[in-house]
Amino acid sequence: MLNFGSNDVQLCGTPKFYWNSRGVARRVTGMAHDDPHSDDPHHAHAHLPPDPALRVKALETILTKRGLIDPAALDEIIDIYQNKIGPQNGARVVAKAWSDPAFKAQLLADADQVLREMDIYGRQGEHMVVVENTPETHNMVVCTLCSCYPWPVLGIPPAWYKSDAYRARAVREPRKVLADFGITLPEGTKVRVWDSTAEVRYLVLPMRPAGSDGLDEEALAALVNRDCMVGTALATSPGDLAGDTA
Amino acid sequence: MNAASPPCLPHGGAEPVFVEPWHAQVFALTVHLNETGRFSWADWVARFSATLKRHGLARELDGGEDYFTAWLETLEILLVETEDVQRTDVARMRDAWEEAYLATPHGAPVHLPKGL
Repeated sequence: MLNFGSNDVQLCGTPKFYWNSRGVARRVTGMAHDDPHSDDPHHAHAHLPPDPALRVKALETILTKRGLIDPAALDEIIDIYQNKIGPQNGARVVAKAWSDPAFKAQLLADADQVLREMDIYGRQGEHMVVVENTPETHNMVVCTLCSCYPWPVLGIPPAWYKSDAYRARAVREPRKVLADFGITLPEGTKVRVWDSTAEVRYLVLPMRPAGSDGLDEEALAALVNRDCMVGTALATSPGDLAGDTA
Repeated sequence: MNAASPPCLPHGGAEPVFVEPWHAQVFALTVHLNETGRFSWADWVARFSATLKRHGLARELDGGEDYFTAWLETLEILLVETEDVQRTDVARMRDAWEEAYLATPHGAPVHLPKGL
């Protein structure tokens, strides 16, 4: 069984359109968890999965019988993206870049090589480009066509990244989108939007927050969340982080 | 600039990676088929983008359930075109699974009838 985690935690800077997708997701999750038939003697059969789930099972059964897929490989892929790959990988890269200027220079020059050396290079990260936020330029990542995303460093994209609203608005009105996420940039800061493709994926290197001097890489990584590396959040300053977890 | 930073949850936060088990399954199935060489990822992206665009004409997609609905439809059409599956077989197998669920007592493991 998959671990669904909690849906009830308030996220920072949540944009308006995000609530729509969350609302739908929560209703769907409820269906998955609650078996309305469990106490009903007229429905004593196994809980019937929704139509798309039956269609996926049909594909799996046919392709397995034809020897085209290995069910164990499917379980492994799910386990990897469910449990092993996620923004913690990207946070490790960012923390190292903040700590080591030579590493940062290499990362910005040739991310593929650096990530390969850190053993976090793989599917959907075929060609990675790291873009650095500065006081002059704030970077934001989108995929206007579908949902291309740097899986090895960030895992699977959240619903808002895949929504029509974000995909359309990120390019057209990036500052308004950032405002929905609770970010107001200084007027002099330019916003640069990077459109991902099947060939190129982007990772934002956020600015190191104030008050983080002297922290080691592990402590720095804790200041970096997924949205910071998509460019829809800023890295958390240590004081705010302590307030969050208190 | 960072003083204005909103308080953020650290990574590993609130959202499930996959909301529904079938979202995870259709995702893994597609990645696996790509890795075994049944189709290129560029081809997948082109097809999936086209499906999203088509679905997005009727209403604004929220990136949740509707995203994976488009994903599944894309995969079904692709596999029929590559002749890895036949549409009638998929429909028949889907119905067989439905019957198996309806015929299985609650709590027992669900199996297809022998011969399928």
